[in-house]
Amino acid sequence: MKDRACIVGIGETKYVRKPGSGMTGVQLHLQAATRALEDAGLTGRQIDGIIPSPYVATAEQLAANLGAATLRFATTVHMGGASPCAALPIAAAAVTQGIADYVLVPTGWNGFSTARARNVVATDVKSLPGATIARDYYLPFGLTAPPQWYALIARRHMHEYGTTAEQLGCVAVAMRKHAQLNDNAIMRGKPMTIEDYMMSPMITSPYRLFDCCVETDGAAAMVVTTAERARDLRKTPIYISGAAAAQPHPADEIFNRKDIYEAGMTIAAPRAFAMADATPADMDFAEIYDCFTFEVLQQLEETGFCKRGEGGAFVEGGRIELGGDLPVNTHGGLLSEAHTLGMNHIVEGVRQLRHEAGARQVKDAQIGLVTGWGDFGDGALAILRR
Amino acid sequence: MSYTKPLPTLAGHTEDFYGWCKKHELRFQQCTGCGAWRHVPRELCAECGSWDWEWMRSSGRGTVFTWTVAERPLHPAFADAAPYTPIVIAMEEGVRIVSEMVDCPHDQLVIDMPVEVVFDDVTPEITLPKFRRAG
Ligand SMILES: [Zn+2]
Repeated sequence: MKDRACIVGIGETKYVRKPGSGMTGVQLHLQAATRALEDAGLTGRQIDGIIPSPYVATAEQLAANLGAATLRFATTVHMGGASPCAALPIAAAAVTQGIADYVLVPTGWNGFSTARARNVVATDVKSLPGATIARDYYLPFGLTAPPQWYALIARRHMHEYGTTAEQLGCVAVAMRKHAQLNDNAIMRGKPMTIEDYMMSPMITSPYRLFDCCVETDGAAAMVVTTAERARDLRKTPIYISGAAAAQPHPADEIFNRKDIYEAGMTIAAPRAFAMADATPADMDFAEIYDCFTFEVLQQLEETGFCKRGEGGAFVEGGRIELGGDLPVNTHGGLLSEAHTLGMNHIVEGVRQLRHEAGARQVKDAQIGLVTGWGDFGDGALAILRR
Repeated sequence: MSYTKPLPTLAGHTEDFYGWCKKHELRFQQCTGCGAWRHVPRELCAECGSWDWEWMRSSGRGTVFTWTVAERPLHPAFADAAPYTPIVIAMEEGVRIVSEMVDCPHDQLVIDMPVEVVFDDVTPEITLPKFRRAG
């Protein structure tokens, strides 16, 4: 499957917080989708496959609005924030096997104005990963939301490997720096120093406010087709060189893994790199799902950019900033651009490889990777090249 | 005053787990095929595939594996509880369990410190397993 499918279209809505998008979730998805189609030079009628997100809009709603009259492939990946990236190997398989010709993947939500995580958890326990397990064994003790689950893993890592708050801060500062170069980033115009980071209030230790992603309204979308069809379309095709998704074991309970740091990424990364015949050292940039700062360190370790326990040292000294060895989240990420469940990371990866990233362009970027992270550590990774 | 925090739903194996807690016994499933302990409750042993297991009594002893101090509550039922401290305990049997401490402020917690189970009868129906410092 290496290099046989391409991302040919990308689209995003405006990312906003107050006063909200003023659109429904379905409208957001459709706006991102039509922009991705326009970018590709396709019409809705040509879409015959849709991988809708687990939330907001169904394939039926999307197809009906877009005039996708010959829909023959629809499926949903239930991996929370890993869902968009995990849709890549599925979309690539679908188009290369002739199951569909053009697959649309839209994601997004009114994550600020309607779907704030704390409210969703309180009103719909089924929305939690491990639904009844979380309800029966976590919630009675006040363990109710993602930053709390992950903070527990982060503290253990800090204890075992000496990872520091300042190192977590390096991640937050890098994302914020990149957001200053992105017109659509929520945090544009709000620069942040490591001192600002250290002064931000504790949410759930060791996570401070600035360890946590922003909650935003907005959506993003992509279109995938075969390499052959991609050559006839409007933009430079971006090849899916390697892509894989996986779940840790067990996936529905986060604290009883033999190896507490094992995530879906631990399993997916070697497969994606083998498929692409590439190594982490080959990457010109990395768009890493950054729901919280520690998850960036953990994914750097589990994808093999550094050894287990070395993630903290890896992000120091500007290494993950533009101009460093491995620019990470050149758009600002979930921490400083927007939270569209990581579709914005894929969009940014494509922009970088098309050399459309303007002031934040990684010079002569040829190959890079995108990750997704969701639920209790489900993971996905795609290696993209121009 | 009535208890307002979320409670487990007593059904299936969870009803049995909390049923033992109500009797002030902490029990986990132990596979009778290979001897592996497990938590949370499952139908089969993921190690050996056996369907056979028993509710075996835990020593109640473990160590602090990790914790977080929830300064900003992210659930309305815990709005008045903050700061509070969800904790993960590594039990002697090898399983890990989410709980809270009854006698140890968070600034005195140390990873790997020994703890032992106590039982908190939070309602007439539900008893939660919690932990205190062990000597
Ligand atoms: Zn067994």
